[in-house]
Amino acid sequence: MESDKFSRKNFLKLGAIATGGIAALNSIPFVLNAQDGPVCGETVTLLSSDGKLVHVDKKSLKLASMLRAEETNALKIRARKGIEGRKWVAVIDLARCKHAMACQKSCNKNHYIPGDRQWLNVYEMQDSKETAPYWMPKTCFHCDRPPCVAVCPVDATFKREDGIVLIDNERCIGCRFCMAACPYSTRVFNWGEPEYHKELDGVVYDPEQGLPRKKGTVEKCDFCPDMLREGKLPHCAEACPNGVYFFGDLNEDTVTNGSETFRFSQLIKDRAGYRYMEEIGTEPNVYYLPPVNRLVPFDETDKHLDETDNMHHH
Amino acid sequence: MNTITSINELTKDLQPRKFGLRGQLWTTLLVLIVLNGFVSYYFQLKNGLSVTDMSNYVSWGIYISNFVFFVAISLVGSLISAILKLSNAKWSIPLTRIAEIIAVANIMFAGLIIIVDMGRPDRILNLFMYGRIQSPIVWDVLVVMTYLAISILLLYIPLLPDLALLRDKMKDIPKWQHQLYKILSLGWTGTEAQYKILHKSVNGLAIVIIPVALGIHTVTSWLFASTLRGGWNSTNFGPYFVAGAFVVGAAAVISLMYIARRYYKLERYLNEDIFDKMGKLLVMLSLVYTYFTINEYLTPAFKMMEGERSLIQDLFIGGFAPMFWGVQIFGVIIPVFVMLFRKGRKPLPLFIVANMVIVGAWFKRYLIVIPTLFHPYLPAIKQNGVPSAIHYFPTWHEWSITIASLAGSMLIITILFRYLPFISMWEIAEEQHIELDPIIPAVEKSKN
Repeated sequence: MESDKFSRKNFLKLGAIATGGIAALNSIPFVLNAQDGPVCGETVTLLSSDGKLVHVDKKSLKLASMLRAEETNALKIRARKGIEGRKWVAVIDLARCKHAMACQKSCNKNHYIPGDRQWLNVYEMQDSKETAPYWMPKTCFHCDRPPCVAVCPVDATFKREDGIVLIDNERCIGCRFCMAACPYSTRVFNWGEPEYHKELDGVVYDPEQGLPRKKGTVEKCDFCPDMLREGKLPHCAEACPNGVYFFGDLNEDTVTNGSETFRFSQLIKDRAGYRYMEEIGTEPNVYYLPPVNRLVPFDETDKHLDETDNMHHH
Repeated sequence: MNTITSINELTKDLQPRKFGLRGQLWTTLLVLIVLNGFVSYYFQLKNGLSVTDMSNYVSWGIYISNFVFFVAISLVGSLISAILKLSNAKWSIPLTRIAEIIAVANIMFAGLIIIVDMGRPDRILNLFMYGRIQSPIVWDVLVVMTYLAISILLLYIPLLPDLALLRDKMKDIPKWQHQLYKILSLGWTGTEAQYKILHKSVNGLAIVIIPVALGIHTVTSWLFASTLRGGWNSTNFGPYFVAGAFVVGAAAVISLMYIARRYYKLERYLNEDIFDKMGKLLVMLSLVYTYFTINEYLTPAFKMMEGERSLIQDLFIGGFAPMFWGVQIFGVIIPVFVMLFRKGRKPLPLFIVANMVIVGAWFKRYLIVIPTLFHPYLPAIKQNGVPSAIHYFPTWHEWSITIASLAGSMLIITILFRYLPFISMWEIAEEQHIELDPIIPAVEKSKN
């Protein structure tokens, strides 16, 4: 269940934070029982200054908000650093894509994406009248020369060591310059108040998930760093029934779609991999394999999903 | 102007006057429009930018195009009080204050409307806490604030002798108003030393403001030109914006000087000759601007590169064509044609075409900002074989906030007109060699 997943995650995070945040906690006077009022029954596990684990009711905890800030800060520092020693790369095999849209569906579900935006899109492409049409799934390209990062006035969107371009939604001022600067229409905006999700109640904001959403800020595909940290593939790759998405580490020169693993350089060489719109110089970290010898012929009318599925995850 | 003989006569002509019924109605109307804008902004704060028609494709709308308009119109301060002044064009002396008032009022609203566009205005301090100097937005913030500061100084410093005149000459005014003039005139007595400092600082500021003025509009153009999008990806944008800005600013001065002349019966100061010269100036500026317009569109239209083609077609013959050609015909071609004739440069016809230029300029900013966003590189997503439509038409909230911002800048101009002499009295006196001395109270004079 989603709620289980989140509370477990929260607990683990708190444990990890405890070591980092302990210095700060020590300086905060621990007056837990001084507070009256009803308890909420939900407990938080903390490492106290003398090294003991204590269970504290959230509502009785005067420090709750300070702890949350502490936790968010630690998550933000982690989110800016990236995953050490990695250089993430994706390869999308256009020959295998048959517009099943399972990628988008899974992406929407796992990121709680509302109906007015998509982090991942599958475009119907036809370069000219006489050339063959094909489906082109598009994530964020996590460019090495990201135009979005270059224009951000407050360093709210940033490029990490491991190649991922992320957003700190608690710093973003909502000027949308990055949306104008991105040539791939990748970035989307929280125009209004974010949709309510019970599962996200009490979840501490983490830039690596972009959740909970923040009104008036920009968001986009993040390569699922939370999944990568756990050694898993991003949701789109996990969900794709045709093995279109390969993810991997450039340093290891390896990419996998879960069932097949390739040397990245060999795969690009053998299959004539390329990057979209190379001429604009953004140096994407997403490569495409051309749509030759396709799994199934291109069929525009071949709808695997109805329109609502296309739009919503509900 | 030759008939003015004494400073008393000059002060009597030019001192601020109480509004009549028309003035009061006008002010009330502006206040109501501004209040309405506040109501709309309240709802925008509450519900987010979802009250606008902006979307993930058209992510900038009329707030941004209106911002560009404000920046553009404010550039006239530097044109009249710096460029014309330094080139010794004496005829423009009665216009310097009008130009500076326009500059200050509009650059202020440029700053405000950009906050209105922000998704998180509550985080505005992040610009100073986490500002990245690499971002053109930070350049724009810096240069706009610098321009505002210099413009306020260029308005205020030459006001000192006039404020002192009002302090000493205006008797039948409320006490607070007298007090205001007294405080604001900073104890100005009109000594030779004071005038020397005044001239020196105004000349210095006039020199400094030219590069800053070119800066505000060039940097504003870079907000677009620094992106990779078709239509914005242009090396022509900096000078194009500056040229267009001078056009709309000069038109705004003409419009305002016509109103001042009619309402205050200032035919002696704002005579037909000044209108004639401003008309000629506007023709020249419009032709320079037209040159840049041709330069901006001809070469991409000749090449029709992918990425520009669909935009150019949309502007020339597509959905934006009526607005595009409307702006060229009613905002440039007809005004220039009218102003080529001496009769066209008479006050009334000039006033009319100047207002056409201003309206055209507003829509021109719309055409710079919005159509490009209709033409992303990647095709629109298809739903069941039908491309999802990229749309934008400003909502009521956007219109009411935008109109309120325009009314707000007019309200500031109106208030300044009500309490300040909008023609620099001492500069006219200096020009006409009228003795300024009698204004200095005897006591203070003996102190010096």
